[in-house]
Amino acid sequence: MNSRPFAVTPSESSAPALELRGIDKRFGAVRANRAISCAIAAGSIHGLIGENGAGKSTLMNIVYGFHRADAGEIRVAGRVVEIGSPQDAIAAGIGMVHQHFMLVENFTVLENVVLGAEGGRRLAGGMAAARAGLEQLARDYGLDVPLDAVVSELPVGLQQRVEILKALHRGADILILDEPTAVLTPQEADQLFKMLARLRAQGKTVILVTHKLREIMAVTDRVTVMRQGAIVGEVETKSTSPRELAEKMVGRAVLLRVDKTPAQPGATLLAVRNLEVRDRLGVPRVKNVSFTLQAGEIVGIAGVAGNGQSELLEALAGIRAPSRGEIVLEGRDLVREGMDARARRRLGLAHVPEDRLRMGVVAGFSAEDNAILGYHDLPVYQRGLLLNRSAIHGGCTQKMVAYDVRPPDPGLHIASFSGGNQQKLVLAREIDSDPRVLLIGQPTRGVDIGAIEFIHKKLVTLRDAGKALLLVSVELDEILGLADRILVMNSGEIVGEVARADATEEKLGLMMAGVKGEGRT
Amino acid sequence: MSTPAKLPRWAELGLLPAINLLAALLLSGVIIKVIGESPWAALKLMADGAFGSQESVGYTLYYSTNFIFTGLAVAVAYHAGLFNIGGDGQAYLGGLGTGLVCLWLGSWPFWAVLPLAVIAGAVFGAAWAFIPAYLQARRGSHIVITTIMFNFIASALMTWLLVNILIKPGQQSPESREFAPNATLPGLHTLLGKIGIPFTSTPLNLAFLFALAAGVLVWVLVWRTRWGYALRVAGQNSAAAVYAGIRPSRITIQAMLLSGALAGLLGLNELMGSQHRILLDFPAGAGFVGIAVALMGRNHPVGIFFAAVLFGALMQGGSQLSFDMPRVNRDMVVVIQGLVILFCGALENVFRGPLATLLARFGGRKDAP
Repeated sequence: MNSRPFAVTPSESSAPALELRGIDKRFGAVRANRAISCAIAAGSIHGLIGENGAGKSTLMNIVYGFHRADAGEIRVAGRVVEIGSPQDAIAAGIGMVHQHFMLVENFTVLENVVLGAEGGRRLAGGMAAARAGLEQLARDYGLDVPLDAVVSELPVGLQQRVEILKALHRGADILILDEPTAVLTPQEADQLFKMLARLRAQGKTVILVTHKLREIMAVTDRVTVMRQGAIVGEVETKSTSPRELAEKMVGRAVLLRVDKTPAQPGATLLAVRNLEVRDRLGVPRVKNVSFTLQAGEIVGIAGVAGNGQSELLEALAGIRAPSRGEIVLEGRDLVREGMDARARRRLGLAHVPEDRLRMGVVAGFSAEDNAILGYHDLPVYQRGLLLNRSAIHGGCTQKMVAYDVRPPDPGLHIASFSGGNQQKLVLAREIDSDPRVLLIGQPTRGVDIGAIEFIHKKLVTLRDAGKALLLVSVELDEILGLADRILVMNSGEIVGEVARADATEEKLGLMMAGVKGEGRT
Repeated sequence: MSTPAKLPRWAELGLLPAINLLAALLLSGVIIKVIGESPWAALKLMADGAFGSQESVGYTLYYSTNFIFTGLAVAVAYHAGLFNIGGDGQAYLGGLGTGLVCLWLGSWPFWAVLPLAVIAGAVFGAAWAFIPAYLQARRGSHIVITTIMFNFIASALMTWLLVNILIKPGQQSPESREFAPNATLPGLHTLLGKIGIPFTSTPLNLAFLFALAAGVLVWVLVWRTRWGYALRVAGQNSAAAVYAGIRPSRITIQAMLLSGALAGLLGLNELMGSQHRILLDFPAGAGFVGIAVALMGRNHPVGIFFAAVLFGALMQGGSQLSFDMPRVNRDMVVVIQGLVILFCGALENVFRGPLATLLARFGGRKDAP
């Protein structure tokens, strides 16, 4: 984990490429950034790491001109600059690649790069100039992209490259990448890192915003750690370790590995046969998927985001109707019986959804009202025709104590809780219903490290209690840490099944990219 | 950030609406000044006209009763994530139901007519809301568009009925014959008189108490039952509703039925309580005022009550104003009402950000040692 294949010593230079002095930013009563001062050396790859809500994105949005700081100054190459909009940032030589690409999908690569920098009333002149410029860039940095391909037809890794080209084409010397590997396979991520190393060799400065310790260790020269809106440490990557960084991020010692014994699989609880799920347009998203889930095991579904895992999970949970196939829970075919999410919950099929804010909680509700979502018609919560408010309140208090949800105040608005605490409450809700099978999507997305540790322990405890768990996660580390058996999905199909003992990141990565694994044809 | 700033509860429910109202009155004052009248005198005239005597209070609350019904109707739909613009049409048709019961069952005793009149008003109003609701739930036709269209259809239908069928024979104006006395609601002055409290005779009637009861009922249904819970989940996050096993399309239909039923009760006040006949255009835009009332009242029955009283006061005080200040005519009063709607509804977030910042700074200073 400590190998740093792409690191080189940063070139010596007098003024830092980017310097922040005393940046303060307040949203209402929240201080998102407090007295941030740091310097980023020219020609280096600088990591910015911190948990969700630590203020990384706010800080980068200030640098890129989306927000204006309440106080403090920004210096680029030693000179104070006023950045009031992304245009100002671009003019100052700062480029940003967002986590969600800002590309027009049905435009070509060239059109996308030119967009916003057309260079005059007539498009043709600008296009020709841009083409020449891009070809030059491609030669200089080895950033080969088919300029006339339509963006939607490019793989995600190349789309990201288009974003980088776009920033370079606008003259960026400082490149900010926000969680760039979220949508990439491990191999694609490696390619990205090689590209970043090449950019650095050409004198560009790269700021890598991420929450993945592995990436920081692999590619950066220095790393700045943020917690609760402030900088809590800045170190040279060579002289630190993932454990030390994690402790700085959380503010206490954390366990990075999951302790668990080998699984003791029992009877088959859930059997999926030839499942096919189509989207609204009739395009199959899940194709002929079959697998079983036994009591006392965690089965992980690995895959790059958008390869049918979400649709599979939703079909199992009763949110999306499959177009074909069977979902059999302890002998009952849920599809044929037409059971919705509520009916399935009653049979013991609980579900922690992938996207907590979109589906798992109602943002406008209090914690206690969220703690009964999906269970609001249970007899415990009724008193005659009315809801039993005191039972709801008491039930939520109990869950909050048992799952260490902070602050343990059921009346508080759910939005006032951190992602980790929201997720703990959702888990508490689904696990407390005593399910036979638990479907979990992205259990630790947007969750701080401290809570990740807690959630992983809970899931293993649940497995040891004889429940069957299906885990969908795009974090390969999480799958490797938790799952006893791993299924890999690529464009809607299960391309392979690997026992945990035989799984390596490399092997899974190849399968995620669509190379069929053994065990299945 | 694009989400509106969060305010403490007291500021959200009390201070912000008060500031918005003040801004509207201030601008109204400027306009009155421009046309050459004294804003201060106008304000006094309006306040006096709305609350200065038993008679004016009676009229104010009589108007408010309509707005409570339509405001509640808008609020129930709002909590299900629906924007019901069709309150006027639903009130119109609901009034037809109430009116028909009162016309046909005039010989029945009052205690038998009353529940039937209430039920008929609710059922007719609900039925008129059902069609747009069904189209939204099953066909995806946008409810804002369909409810607006149904206002026009209701208007045309009622004109036809009144001109061709319900009109009292041998009469020029399109009105039904008058209801029998035992098919009318007693005035509140009569009821108060019975328990020994003298009150001037005004159109304020028993329907006012029905409106208050409807407010309580809505509160219990929306915030204290599992149906209300499902309604609010579906309204705020339909993906979460499906996740929880709640069917948003079913909630859409149920919420619109209740919404239409509430609007349909307007006929109790207007026809059974005051006019004692069915006549053209009796909702008089109350369905639209209900939207402003619900917005200003934060879609909560208590807020809706106060907002309805405010709009009742604008209505009553405004007519007093145009009577006493000839230069401030009826249209000017509509302008003032429009400004209140503009500031309390459309521009309600204008002062939110600065207020939040101010309170945060003020609160922050208080916390500091």
